[in-house]
Amino acid sequence: MKAVRRIAGRAVPLDRRDVDTDQIIPSDWLKRIGRGGFGEGLFSAWRRDPAFVLNDPRYAGATVLLAGANFGCGSSREHAAWALEDAGFAVVVAPSFADIFRTNCASIGLVTVELGEADVAALMRAVERDPRTELVVDVAARTIAGAGIARAFPLDDLTRTRLLEGLDDIGLSLREEDAIAAYERSRPPWRPALATR
Amino acid sequence: MTAAPRTLAEKLWDAHAVARGADADLLYVDLHLVHEVTSPQAFDGLRRAGRRLRRPDLTLATTDHNTPTDPRDSPDALSALQLEALAANCREFGVRLYPLGHAGQGIVHVIGPQLGLTQPGMLIVCGDSHTSTHGAFGALAFGIGTSEVEHVLATQTVRRERPATMSVAVEGRAPPGVTAKDIALGIVRRIGTSGGRGALVEYRGEAIRALSMDGRMTVCNMSIEAGARAGMVAPDDTTFRYVEGRPHAPRGADWERALDEWRALPTDTGARFDREVTIDAAGLRPYVTWGTDPAQSSEIDGVVPDPDAFADAAAREKAHRALRYQGLAPGTPIREIAVDAVFIGSCTNARLEDLRAAADVVRGRRVAAGVRALVVPGSAQVRADAEREGLARAFTDAGFDWRLPGCSMCLGMNPDVLRPGERCASTSNRNFEGRQGPGGRTHLVSPAVAAATAIAGRFALPEDLS
Ligand code: SF4
Repeated sequence: MKAVRRIAGRAVPLDRRDVDTDQIIPSDWLKRIGRGGFGEGLFSAWRRDPAFVLNDPRYAGATVLLAGANFGCGSSREHAAWALEDAGFAVVVAPSFADIFRTNCASIGLVTVELGEADVAALMRAVERDPRTELVVDVAARTIAGAGIARAFPLDDLTRTRLLEGLDDIGLSLREEDAIAAYERSRPPWRPALATR
Repeated sequence: MTAAPRTLAEKLWDAHAVARGADADLLYVDLHLVHEVTSPQAFDGLRRAGRRLRRPDLTLATTDHNTPTDPRDSPDALSALQLEALAANCREFGVRLYPLGHAGQGIVHVIGPQLGLTQPGMLIVCGDSHTSTHGAFGALAFGIGTSEVEHVLATQTVRRERPATMSVAVEGRAPPGVTAKDIALGIVRRIGTSGGRGALVEYRGEAIRALSMDGRMTVCNMSIEAGARAGMVAPDDTTFRYVEGRPHAPRGADWERALDEWRALPTDTGARFDREVTIDAAGLRPYVTWGTDPAQSSEIDGVVPDPDAFADAAAREKAHRALRYQGLAPGTPIREIAVDAVFIGSCTNARLEDLRAAADVVRGRRVAAGVRALVVPGSAQVRADAEREGLARAFTDAGFDWRLPGCSMCLGMNPDVLRPGERCASTSNRNFEGRQGPGGRTHLVSPAVAAATAIAGRFALPEDLS
């Protein structure tokens, strides 16, 4: 995972709530076994509508996605986060996120910014008025600013450190080897296990 | 001194904490279920980093999401590649795999319980959001993303912030004809698609206790549709009877030890939940979703609502969008909506009890002209059992397609898809736009309603049939 410190970029307003991961990346894209190229599938069903906001050339090159509440609900597919990342997004701003989606974003270094409903709406209106509006997300300071709005957003210390340092989560957990091994010794022996070769 | 009273969820959490952190705990995983779609990139990551799979003996793989269910179909090229990748990964890392054609194969959330691998007191994860199904046994079970799949493969642990606890009590008795699926849909309808967000939900109350394990699995399965991190039911005699004697269940003295642990799991008297909701079971009816999220449902006796009557502007806008997509007019009686397809299947409703309920309705009747109806059993074992009981015969005699096990039309990754504009009564869990195929229109229902709908050609209850 690469380190993320500060993101400054333009934003695209996707004014819908409960956007599910089946819309973010439809299931025919899940057959791939590689990690790249999912950007092409991002919102592929909705993108068939020429009026869909992501087709609006004024928002081309945006790195911030503004969306409605409960963004990323539904399936656990991390492909949704990969697709956003691959399409150039570095931040998603919404009043709330579905849990697994938020975790998946943290896993790959895509920043999720949870902001009040009114603030998100104000940002959407601002970028609709002027698509060149720039938003700045400072991970270290846990702040988002732009369009005359400056807010702190919740980001726990662990996720913040991982983002800032681009830490490998597995490496971090493997440092707990002693605790894991001790736990394994204490597990009830009757818990199920599969015979392996 | 006595310990502070704890909820079931808290006990499960505490029992699996390997290391505590200020923001998140490292939890030990007792069972990691793996399927072809969300694992290839995880195995790749492991390989690239030169890491080993820590506990192949606590890992089980199956193929379900993209496998064809019509014996005449073969997987498309990409799916075949993905199935081959899983087989190769399992060989390389020493993971047990139940591939298509194997007696153990099936939808990942159907095979775990059926093998007795899903037991009370366990922590179970899978790269699939409906992992919550296993919570029906009094286990802590939740879906994870592919990066976390890799993390579990390498460390047998998962890192999670400690969530809130929530009680959803369904009190009293459900009226006749109201199934576990209707309870699940009723809960989502009541608390909304993000009503359970951030929480470990425990389903309680008389109507939940009265459910069989198959029914409890249906309810826990749809926890994610209410946005919950996990759903669970306290283990009791119904649970123990189900587990006892299954291939991986503890035996002899171990069974007694296990029972001792499991009997201590239910929420202590006096334990507090962060959130509590009570639902009166007597007020539940069979539901049919009309929209594109699982909370957008009506009672089967009802009508498609008028979005303009919704107080909340965002809900109004969403409902308008949903009705446009679904091709429905406000005020249309649910029973007057005709369907093109009926799908009985998925990890929500493709266990033996579900198929029995549906078969009872269709026996001696015929699927309405022009309706494409398919039954996709949840596992090879469910399929075999259903054939032995004569259920398969009842379905095929009525004009249903009887398929091989898999996810099938639940998510349309295999050839079982709706065509654009086609309308389907489905026993699955998601009615998102395009979920069952681009442009497809999904209505979530119980197996009994799906079966009656197949016969009537429009939404119906079993008792509506002549
Ligand atoms: S049946 Fe549907 S919901 Fe269940 S695991 Fe398969 S795709 Fe997911």
